[in-house]
Amino acid sequence: MTTYAGPPSVREGLGGSGHRPPPPGPLLAVEDLRVSFGGADVVRGLSLSIAPGECVAIVGESGSGKSVTARTLLGLAGPGSTVRASAFGVSGRDALAFGPADWRRLRGRFAGLVLQDALVSLDPLRTIGAEIAEVLSVHDVVPRARREERVLELLEAVGVPDPAARAGQRPHQLSGGLRQRALIASAIAADPQLIIADEPTTALDVTVQAQILRLLAGRKAAGTALLLISHDLAVVASIADRILVMKDGQIVEEGPAREVLTTPAHDYTNALLAAVPSAASRGTRLTTGAPRTRPTPNPSAQVLAGTALARSYGSRRVVDNVSFTLHEGETLGIVGESGSGKTTLARLALALLDPDSGRISLHQRQWSHLRERARRPLRPRIQLISQNPLDSFDPRHTVGRLVAEPLRLPRARRRARVLDLLDRVGLPPETAARHPRELSGGQRQRVAVARALGPRPDVLVCDEPVSALDVSIQAQVLDLLADLQAEYGTALVFISHDLGVVHHLADRVLVMKDGRVVEEGDVREVFTRPRHPYTRALVASVPRM
Amino acid sequence: MIKRLGAGVAVLWVAATASYVALLLAPGDTIDILIGDGADTPEIRAGIVAEWGLDRPEIVQYLSYLWRLLHGDLGRSYQLQRGVGEILATQVGPTAQLTLAAAATGVALAGVIAVVTAGRGRWLRGAASAAELVSVSVPPFLIGIVLLSVFSFTLGWFPVSGAQGPAALVLPALALGLPIAGVLGQVLRGGLERALEQPFAVTARARGLTERALVTRHALRHALIPAVTLAGWFTGTLLGGAVITEVLFGRPGLGQVAMQAVTGRDMPVVMAVVLLSAAVYVTISTLLDLACRAIDPRIRG
Repeated sequence: MTTYAGPPSVREGLGGSGHRPPPPGPLLAVEDLRVSFGGADVVRGLSLSIAPGECVAIVGESGSGKSVTARTLLGLAGPGSTVRASAFGVSGRDALAFGPADWRRLRGRFAGLVLQDALVSLDPLRTIGAEIAEVLSVHDVVPRARREERVLELLEAVGVPDPAARAGQRPHQLSGGLRQRALIASAIAADPQLIIADEPTTALDVTVQAQILRLLAGRKAAGTALLLISHDLAVVASIADRILVMKDGQIVEEGPAREVLTTPAHDYTNALLAAVPSAASRGTRLTTGAPRTRPTPNPSAQVLAGTALARSYGSRRVVDNVSFTLHEGETLGIVGESGSGKTTLARLALALLDPDSGRISLHQRQWSHLRERARRPLRPRIQLISQNPLDSFDPRHTVGRLVAEPLRLPRARRRARVLDLLDRVGLPPETAARHPRELSGGQRQRVAVARALGPRPDVLVCDEPVSALDVSIQAQVLDLLADLQAEYGTALVFISHDLGVVHHLADRVLVMKDGRVVEEGDVREVFTRPRHPYTRALVASVPRM
Repeated sequence: MIKRLGAGVAVLWVAATASYVALLLAPGDTIDILIGDGADTPEIRAGIVAEWGLDRPEIVQYLSYLWRLLHGDLGRSYQLQRGVGEILATQVGPTAQLTLAAAATGVALAGVIAVVTAGRGRWLRGAASAAELVSVSVPPFLIGIVLLSVFSFTLGWFPVSGAQGPAALVLPALALGLPIAGVLGQVLRGGLERALEQPFAVTARARGLTERALVTRHALRHALIPAVTLAGWFTGTLLGGAVITEVLFGRPGLGQVAMQAVTGRDMPVVMAVVLLSAAVYVTISTLLDLACRAIDPRIRG
């Protein structure tokens, strides 16, 4: 019912067919774009132009207005928004005069949108084939009889193996990489001249991220223009021609990618670049670049050790013959992709789960296979920081109550201790009265750190503690962890899929694949001279600036 | 699925056993209870003893009662002098008509209101919300009385009572269906609005879909999941509401039968009505389970 097959003249005007030479001039040219929601300005005077075949990247933190900018370019700023601009040209036409129907004709046809995380960005109840076919039917790209065939061609084009079988599957049945490819296939189905990709690789494993970036680079090589939105400069470095750095709704720096990355003019760009953890940032503070003191691991004081651990879920062996040791003041990195058994290992270490075989000791005493009653007095010794603190907080509790919960102190002294802990993690005392939902992602993770520190643990198990954070916030949290470690000599088990983070922070590293440790050793040794082919593949996938 | 069927059978067995235990535990002689307000002669008493095997041990009585149920023999009403199965069979039709019509009315109204008002302006949503609240909070018999006095007594559009022809079905179906429309409408709209805020809705809009197409092709299916779960609840409401509505509108049906059986202490009929409601409930919730799986394939795991 919504199939649109407009008069030929209109569609020609849109440059609807990618096989024709593109119209002269930029695909998109916006001057002084302003977007506000209920009086609050989110985008404040942005100018942007994208030429055919060009890749422009907008880089900034969450809340900088970059996603709103991307959506506004498709007329999707959202309910309650006010969009103003002194000029807004899309495909040579004046978008300021567009009505809803004009925008709909452009969406999908002139520009395709790729969002983060296809698990929720594709309709989870529909097959990916149906999702891709929808674009074909809305814009009447191919006759109905050829649609199915075209869907398979598109899946093939984005590198989905066995398209006929995959087309009938739903996003949850596919791996993260395959469903992201399917999402890209739906965005390019009507052969648009521009792809707008908003954090297209965020939350993907490094090797998958590298594949998706190659796929986008391939589209660019074929002549499609790209607008890439990311919080991570390293991700856009390999593919962008021009980079725009956005902060608080404004572009603070703009230029050819090489220039912005190597000789940034603005302090903020500098800070963003410095915030990316890597081999080079090791031993420094990410937020200031100043050197930091590392605690010296005490090799004679073993705090946590696992021997020949194995654990299965049903018939699937999730952790297979894993051994590790952790000493006082040491940071043990565990890297691997999703499904490699990292989180199960964390749960084993926390004794939230007992291994099927093998044993774990805490301070040289039995820790696995204990009765909970015997384990409980030891629990304060080992604490967890999880990826998404919001899920691990009771949303009805205030921050003060959350931090106080693990403390075994008389009421009178509890409050002072909570405020002290909040102060340690850099949060003002007022935070104690607030609820986790009112805090930003970085503040929430600070609360999680404060709560974990409360019982003065010897071991902190950090399971992807910064994966959901922007680079700049990630830098603050990593610095905080390093400072606290230096102060208290806490040992860290640091689980991450991000090799840069682990290289920055860890002393030793375990590389996990399919539940096994394929390589382990000193982090510098393992990452600079990887021996196992899998480690080599991981290291090669890390985006570089 | 086999587990689901087993659970259904277990529910039926429990319902049968519970009503049997109620019969045994009821104060007074079991024969008196079974006769209720019916004619009481030595022949009838002898017949009851034979039918229910009251001269045999209780466990044998119970097993033979289950055995008879398995064969579809629901016993005999000594008040109405007819087989219970026969009584129910003649009354099931009007009740099925009423409940199905009410369910259809409720679902259709809820669907239309939700699709039209989801994500729209404050006034439209507020009005729909208020109407829903009223229909939910006012008891069905009151809605029935209002409908009757307006459309039957004053305007004379629909018959006051009886079950002759489709016109007689309109008001009872509305009275029974409106509360369902109220609850279901709120759930559906909530589901639609949540779905429309999901990232996949942005992706779908970015394909050039109209809002209407987005609602019907994508969001509605998401909103159906909580609505279908809720449908299990309104099966009970419908069955209970049918009793009141039938009495109010003077319609024949199971409600009338149940009402008379309870007031006349016609135990065999009461027991059969309990069993029948349990059977209907089990059947519908099994069907709804299947529907949920069809709507959301992720449930299969």
